[in-house]
Amino acid sequence: MHASLPDANTLIARLADAIAPTLTPDTLIVGIHTGGVWVAERLHGLLQCVQPLGTLDISFYRDDFSRIGLHPQVKPSNLPFDLEGRAILLVDDVLHTGRTVRAAMNELFDYGRPASIRLAVLIDRGGHELPIRPDFAGLTITVPDHQNINLSRLDDGHLTLSLA
Amino acid sequence: MNLQLTQDGRLRHLLTLDGLPRAIITQILDTAESFMDVGEREVKKVPLLRGKSIFNLFFEPSTRTRTTFEIAAKRLSADVVNLNIATSSQTKGEAILDTVDNLSAMHADMFIVRHSQSGAAHFIAQHVAPHISVVNAGDGRHAHPTQGLLDMFTIRRFKGEFHNLTVAIVGDVLHSRVARSQIHALTTLGVPEVRVIGPKTLLPTGVEQMGVKVFHDMEAGLRGCDVVIMLRLQNERMKGARLPSAQEYFKFFGLTPEKLALAKPDAIVMHPGPMNRGVEIASEVADGPQSVILPQVTYGIAVRMAVMAMLAGTGNA
Repeated sequence: MHASLPDANTLIARLADAIAPTLTPDTLIVGIHTGGVWVAERLHGLLQCVQPLGTLDISFYRDDFSRIGLHPQVKPSNLPFDLEGRAILLVDDVLHTGRTVRAAMNELFDYGRPASIRLAVLIDRGGHELPIRPDFAGLTITVPDHQNINLSRLDDGHLTLSLA
Repeated sequence: MNLQLTQDGRLRHLLTLDGLPRAIITQILDTAESFMDVGEREVKKVPLLRGKSIFNLFFEPSTRTRTTFEIAAKRLSADVVNLNIATSSQTKGEAILDTVDNLSAMHADMFIVRHSQSGAAHFIAQHVAPHISVVNAGDGRHAHPTQGLLDMFTIRRFKGEFHNLTVAIVGDVLHSRVARSQIHALTTLGVPEVRVIGPKTLLPTGVEQMGVKVFHDMEAGLRGCDVVIMLRLQNERMKGARLPSAQEYFKFFGLTPEKLALAKPDAIVMHPGPMNRGVEIASEVADGPQSVILPQVTYGIAVRMAVMAMLAGTGNA
């Protein structure tokens, strides 16, 4: 039940291997704050992507805003490119309900109309509530709803996964 | 009882900066910072307030404030209704609540209120249903909190910090709700020296009790300042015999390049608008390199978005 999760770096390497053959040179990598940005940074390096890295904070697009209010620390989204007609690789750490990814896609379309969006996640943990599935997943497991998978970054930049 | 905050300390209405906790002011400024980039996007909108109805209730004329509130609400995807209501002074008290009741029956979620009478926004906030928030967009001589906040946002953007600044507010402090809001915000944010500069007839008696230093002379007052905030001189003050003439006022209290040179070389010049060029400020200064008057207007949109988003996020809790 509480089997420990694999090493985050192993999963990122596995993810990069899966993505590499499909990656076109004009693909833009976009990470979702906060964990998705950490994973996206790693992938960006491993895949030797020459395009600048994009980051999204989806707080202004959340569908639970009227219930829980605004997240106190909204980070600015940073998309240093014109995404009109481009191929986007959207990156997040954990895919659960799919609501974050939906919000991220809504936000991306407010910047322009990409040619395509593919989704890469470190872990697909199940519990989807929307018709959103990853194109690439480092690991696919089923975790009960009451448990959370957490990606954290240590001071030395090392990424670790925990289940609580 | 603090009408502005919920039991758990979140923003419920925005009526005044007097007594508003530093943490809330900082949260508004931080949130505004993250709204800054929305104005740069292809689609200048985020869906936070989709389906909400915001009523701009202006009992007193305004162009800039009403327009920036309207743009801010639209960028948050709210539906905005603008009402410019001319009031008859006799029936004001009754008329306000009747208006508010009628608009509430149209399922309003937020009122942005400007009124010539001090306390009007408070009065409405006490009256509305629990899910409705009220923002004071200027009430009489009392307060103009979103202007005060956008001024703090401007100062933070250009100066970074508050704890090492000397800020001067120059002109008609007596009639200025903007000055009151600025003084409350500056002292709450820990600005060590806030000065007010103006003729005796235009400074309120006992203004020192707000924690400011009083100057009646520009040369002494501007010396060493990091921020110079000019206030609009209302023309009608001249008729009330508080001042001899606009020319006379400009000579002593108008901000010219020569007087500005007394402040620090990197001092910024602010003005809430609309400006009287050649009365409180010379055109060379208003359009000069130290002026941040137009950025203030742009920042006003992000700050008002932040206030509305925070209120809408609490209003339905």
